[in-house]
Amino acid sequence: MKYIDPHIHMISRTTDDYQRMAQAGCVAVTEPAFWAGFDRSSAKGFFDYFRHLTEQEPRRAADYGIQHFCWICINAKESEDVGLSREVIQLIPEFLDKPNVLGVGEIGLNKNSRNELAIFEEQVAVAAEYGQLILVHTPHLEDKLKGTRLIMDAVERNGKIDPGRVLIDHVEEHTIKLVLDRGFWAGMTLYPETKCTPQRAADIIETYGSERIWINSAGDWGPSDPLAVPKCQIEMKRRGHADATISKISFDNPMTFLGQCAKFRIDG
Amino acid sequence: MSSTCPMSCKQTIDAYFMEHRAKLLDIAAFLDRIDRSAAEASEPEDFRMAAFREALGVLSESEPHRAKRVLEVFSDPSNNPIESAAGMKGAYGACAG
Repeated sequence: MKYIDPHIHMISRTTDDYQRMAQAGCVAVTEPAFWAGFDRSSAKGFFDYFRHLTEQEPRRAADYGIQHFCWICINAKESEDVGLSREVIQLIPEFLDKPNVLGVGEIGLNKNSRNELAIFEEQVAVAAEYGQLILVHTPHLEDKLKGTRLIMDAVERNGKIDPGRVLIDHVEEHTIKLVLDRGFWAGMTLYPETKCTPQRAADIIETYGSERIWINSAGDWGPSDPLAVPKCQIEMKRRGHADATISKISFDNPMTFLGQCAKFRIDG
Repeated sequence: MSSTCPMSCKQTIDAYFMEHRAKLLDIAAFLDRIDRSAAEASEPEDFRMAAFREALGVLSESEPHRAKRVLEVFSDPSNNPIESAAGMKGAYGACAG
């Protein structure tokens, strides 16, 4: 069954992963800008990273018949440094015009600090000014519930953002209803230890439905699985879910949300 | 909770019992391992384990949405941003209070 992985950090993955993903049915990926595992020392490091996301990675994906799209931002883990963050934010507009850039992301919070929140709000303002989609990273573990609330409040405070153009990612059982009830889209990240398993993702769909929800692997340089999306498809199939439901969360819903950006088109 | 899983109760148990039996034993062995580990007599219980034990209590309740409530046990209940995240990157898995 074909699928889209709408959140995966292919810069951290090998070409073997592209091959295995293509064999498993992946037709497109979207790659948010994120933390490299260490703090970069200058905005120039981000400039090169954004060039990688907009020039190099699409070529690498194309070798395996996978379309590559991306999101540009400064991530939450480096946004405590407000000065550096504002330099990076100034770089964002020139990349928003690139053909594979879908919007601003993954912006969000990590430890729910005042600086993180300020930089988040400034990037929401950039998205509003340029009419961009937003992909939001919510904090990990004990910080997620509080951070998700702070994030939704901040987006609503902006006043110019349609929640239907914002996807709040890494939801779990305690945050998904809050997100959906306020009109946002919700992403479930399938991580082996710290987020949802394919089984729990299937449970969440059975509990909260399949409207405005997608699944993703968020595969990166840490313990993660670039084949998590097809594994969730198999889990749902095993339980007897209809192909239409499985396709909805792994292909149709990403198409609907991402299709709000005119640059997002799946070939063939 | 309404029946939204296409599998019957017996099918669900058949499919998942062994896997979750093993996970339950992992938790039991983990708690035994802590008991065998050296600790100062006056050392207060680690905040993560206090939350862990509270979460274990949720598992034996009969109400639905156990996963949601377990996650809430581990969550920071405060509402306001912290002053600074300087030097902080990771998470602990439970709230220090």
